[in-house]
Amino acid sequence: MEQSPVFFIQGAGYSYKGASVSAIESVNLSVTSGEWVALLGTNGSGKSTLAKMMNALLPPMRGVCFAMGMDTSAPELAASIRQNVALVFQNPDDQIVASIVEEDVAFGPENLGLPSEAIRARVERALQLTGLSEMRRRGSYSLSGGQKQRLALAGALAMEPKALILDESTSMLDPEGRASFLNCLRELNTRGITIIQITHRMEEVVHASRVVIMEAGKVAWDGSPDSFWEEKCAEFGFDTPQELELLRSLRAGGFVPAGTKPVVNDLLEALCL
Amino acid sequence: MKLSNGFSIGQFVPGESFVHSLDPRCKITALFILLAIPFAAEKPLDFIPAVFCLYVISAASHIRFTKLLRSGRPVLFLIAFTAALNLFWTPGHEVARLGPLRITSEGVTLAFCMSLRIYCLVMMAAALMVTTSPMDFAGGAERLMSPMAVVKFPVSEIAMMMTIALRFIPTLFEESERIMKAQISRGADFESGGLVKRARAYIPILAPLFIQVFTRADCLATAMESRCYVPGAQRTKLNPLIWTSRDTAAMACVVASVVCSLVWNRYIYRLAALLCQGSLF
Repeated sequence: MEQSPVFFIQGAGYSYKGASVSAIESVNLSVTSGEWVALLGTNGSGKSTLAKMMNALLPPMRGVCFAMGMDTSAPELAASIRQNVALVFQNPDDQIVASIVEEDVAFGPENLGLPSEAIRARVERALQLTGLSEMRRRGSYSLSGGQKQRLALAGALAMEPKALILDESTSMLDPEGRASFLNCLRELNTRGITIIQITHRMEEVVHASRVVIMEAGKVAWDGSPDSFWEEKCAEFGFDTPQELELLRSLRAGGFVPAGTKPVVNDLLEALCL
Repeated sequence: MKLSNGFSIGQFVPGESFVHSLDPRCKITALFILLAIPFAAEKPLDFIPAVFCLYVISAASHIRFTKLLRSGRPVLFLIAFTAALNLFWTPGHEVARLGPLRITSEGVTLAFCMSLRIYCLVMMAAALMVTTSPMDFAGGAERLMSPMAVVKFPVSEIAMMMTIALRFIPTLFEESERIMKAQISRGADFESGGLVKRARAYIPILAPLFIQVFTRADCLATAMESRCYVPGAQRTKLNPLIWTSRDTAAMACVVASVVCSLVWNRYIYRLAALLCQGSLF
């Protein structure tokens, strides 16, 4: 039985007021449940516009965009779409509404009009998933950059979404904060949450199950990470992460089995270290 | 150079104290009732109950009294300005002369009382904000203003605006400091020269700060929309407001304090006069 797509976009286009060129044009994309899609592209290639369209923040001016089977251009469906598709932005300071950690996580469920017990349960789960349980009563202004970004993620997770869109959400994190954030995403993905990750960092692409490259508002390439590394990474001018170089060397020497991901932990596991 | 000094008026300090645990409606109402004490004070000794109340509040909220005292810093200029107006322009018995300006004994008393009154008001407001999270404060204010919704007053929107304004106070301080440091690294000087020169030096900070504020507001609005916020729509609460017996007890204490302070104002000077005459005993 064929799975219905989480996102189905066909011929979608959007132009900002006063702009001479379309932000996105004739975009076709279909994402199925449980996928981890890395959305790549230069600045101004239309990645963020596409993310906002998937979250029903921007209705398509041309073509169609369906999220969880709901038309994102229908204003009456926007709330249902946003419950199922959460969006985490680049700067956590721009999305934290409340001064206390647990109050901020509760902001989304409060908007849904849920009873207090249900909100508390959701907040508890989201804080546990993001490792912020111990900081629930702390002031959001006192958190580090990495903790703030995890708080933004917790706020999105409290909506209990089926898909998560991350718009360069790791760009302001240090390596440690990024690693912890990515571990959290891996955990969510194994639980079946679809992830669309907009990023410029190639070491994050290694976690994805699919790579989509955007160029001048259009999907320029769409394929598997393996074929991306082999064929398109250099062609589109992206760097090759060190983990991938190491994997290639180990594969050539027959030290690791096929299917090993170019992720440090997987490499260590394959080498039995 | 630091603007915020780690504590600014309106910045909530999380805690588990008695005052923290009170219902925000109780705290907001108590603030308005307590304001009667400094407003009713007309002579310096009348402020003793207000200072005593503030001291009790600081002890019951586990916030150091000196911290509350520091909350008055941002209004020192306003206090100095008000004091000067009262000092030089109050008619009465002349005690000194400063060029063309006359200083009267009534002016000295009025300037002192007015300064203390403003400082007490700010400290009382700070005590409320330091012990009440912006979300709770907005929730309390929303419930207290709820009768106004009958006349189509946007109560929930105003409450959300208050929450966000309070939440962004520390962020805006950080932002201003960052812009100032960036300007200093490019040769700007905020610390030398007279008042006018210093004020002019701050002008290049305002333009980038305003741009940042509007950009942030736009991003925040998008983020709130993506988390299903709809202005005016019915929202529920993680911690619904519940009025308990401790709120009633606290309110009773506040009312009793105000009554006691009014009695104090009425009799303290008679008592002091009797003590001075030595005829009390």
